[in-house]
Amino acid sequence: MFKFNQQANSESLYLQVYSRFVKNKVALVCLFILALLVLLVVMAPWFSPYRYDETNFGLSQVAPNLHNWFGTDSLGRDLFTRTMVGGRTTFLIAFIATLVSVFLGTIYGSIAGYVGGWLDSLMMRIVDILYSLPFLFFAILLVTFFGRNFILIFVAIGAVSWLDMSRVVRGQTMSLKHKIFIEAAQISGLSQIKIIAKHIIPNLIGIVAVYTTLTVPTVIVISAFLSFLGLGVQEPMTSWGLLISDGAANLTSWWLVLFPGLFLVLTLLCFNFVGNGLRDALDPREHR
Amino acid sequence: MATLLEVNNLTIDFTTRNGTIHAVDSASFILQEGQTLGIVGESGSGKSQTVGAIMGLLPNNATVSGSVKFQGQELLGLDAKAMNKIRGDRICMIFQDPMSSLNPYLTIERQMTEVLCLHKGMSRKDAKIESIKMLDAVKIPEAKQRINYYPHEFSGGMRQRVMIAMALLCRPKLLIADEPTTALDVTVQAQILNLLAEIKQEFHMAMILITHDMGVVAGSCDYVEVMYAGKLVENAPVEALFATPKHPYTQGLLGAIPKLNDNLEKLITIPGELPNALHPHAGCPFADRCSKVMDICRTQMPGSTSEGPDRSVKCWLYHSGEVA
Repeated sequence: MFKFNQQANSESLYLQVYSRFVKNKVALVCLFILALLVLLVVMAPWFSPYRYDETNFGLSQVAPNLHNWFGTDSLGRDLFTRTMVGGRTTFLIAFIATLVSVFLGTIYGSIAGYVGGWLDSLMMRIVDILYSLPFLFFAILLVTFFGRNFILIFVAIGAVSWLDMSRVVRGQTMSLKHKIFIEAAQISGLSQIKIIAKHIIPNLIGIVAVYTTLTVPTVIVISAFLSFLGLGVQEPMTSWGLLISDGAANLTSWWLVLFPGLFLVLTLLCFNFVGNGLRDALDPREHR
Repeated sequence: MATLLEVNNLTIDFTTRNGTIHAVDSASFILQEGQTLGIVGESGSGKSQTVGAIMGLLPNNATVSGSVKFQGQELLGLDAKAMNKIRGDRICMIFQDPMSSLNPYLTIERQMTEVLCLHKGMSRKDAKIESIKMLDAVKIPEAKQRINYYPHEFSGGMRQRVMIAMALLCRPKLLIADEPTTALDVTVQAQILNLLAEIKQEFHMAMILITHDMGVVAGSCDYVEVMYAGKLVENAPVEALFATPKHPYTQGLLGAIPKLNDNLEKLITIPGELPNALHPHAGCPFADRCSKVMDICRTQMPGSTSEGPDRSVKCWLYHSGEVA
């Protein structure tokens, strides 16, 4: 027998992933920036002297100055406050839509992949059909039928974003399914549901985490796009996409596009870097 | 001794795009309680598929016929729910590659206790105590701490011990070991085989040991089935088989074991390869490789002849009366 160190702490694979991730400085900085951004958009409106829907026609389209850091829009509303509030909406939409995508996609994909056979074919054809629906058409249809509604944005975005996730998860599940430890779980008499819940899904966390960080920016872009088309959030509530859309209609006031745009780009960039960092940490052999 | 497992005319076919693959062809054998049965044969001879059928582990494209009776209960055709009650509880299995047979993201504790909670209805706490006992039984030092470890923190030999401990948790009547030592180095192999032998005594289990290592067979089995291209060609008690191998294939296998006092440039092998399972020919599957091949071997599969107590062989050499 070999020597055994009693003090040694057990280290899970995820702990190892964490320690590799922490070594990736770019990803770490991006994660830090993201945390700051979230904190900022949540806190800043509380301390702002302006309300996001407070109009002041005397101060219409004022360039950035000491009182209105990001300037004001055509109705004299403070752009800094509006950018922060728009950030709240954007992050909220991203968060909820991503959550829907992760839950639905993981469960759907792992069941299809693990059970296989006709059920897999059926479930994946449903995904194919949803895929082939033109998204814009779908979004416009929802809005015309149910009117403009905050929840509809989640439904519209959620309905498309889980499709990719379920495909990724299904593929991963199918390769996991033939691992011997799954066979070992089968022969120890575990039911299919238990095997999926206890043995398949924990092994999927890595790829799901990576894919989630890459889903968030997609969702943000989609929501910004919907807002840009006037299908998303309704005035005076705002989001980054809506702010950019308003600003783009009025290009003489450059700050109206610049600031929300900067925030949006920064967020997207950070999410992508974090996602890449996670992917590298989970698969240390690649990208070296 | 009572009969534990009775396999009768077990036939396994796989339907593939290229045609039907005959993996196992009417295999029959009996396993008594407390006995160790060795199934030997080269890669692709159908050993693993045979136990796969017993455990209900075959892929969807497999067609199984015949009968597998465990403690008098027919296992073939049993639905998943009933099968789940038996496997893990009364029949357990350990695998060839201990490196991949444990879930890398769960601690040993979670993987072990799960079996006990399921089959014995134990609480997680009791299950943990029982699991630690079992880890002790397979001689894992510091079992109390080690149980909280993840699989990658164990060496290959240790992982195989953990697998054995997991298989023993419910004190099964039958343990199937599918090449349990193939992935381990020789010194660890001996430890694991000794451990299996000890544990078999202690828990009064029967064991099916699948291997292609004749040394392992000689050391740990009571009874041997020699399998070739999906057919059981010879079965015999282990001493008899090693003393007087009857089937030319068995003779070849035993002849291929390198001996210390031989001073050979080359290792002895059996020339040729396994026949294509997609297009089996009519006669004996070993005919093409057999040094004692006769005309009849190529056209007709020999039946079984009894060669002494508990012993039979399928070879035309022993049908002297019929081959005129």
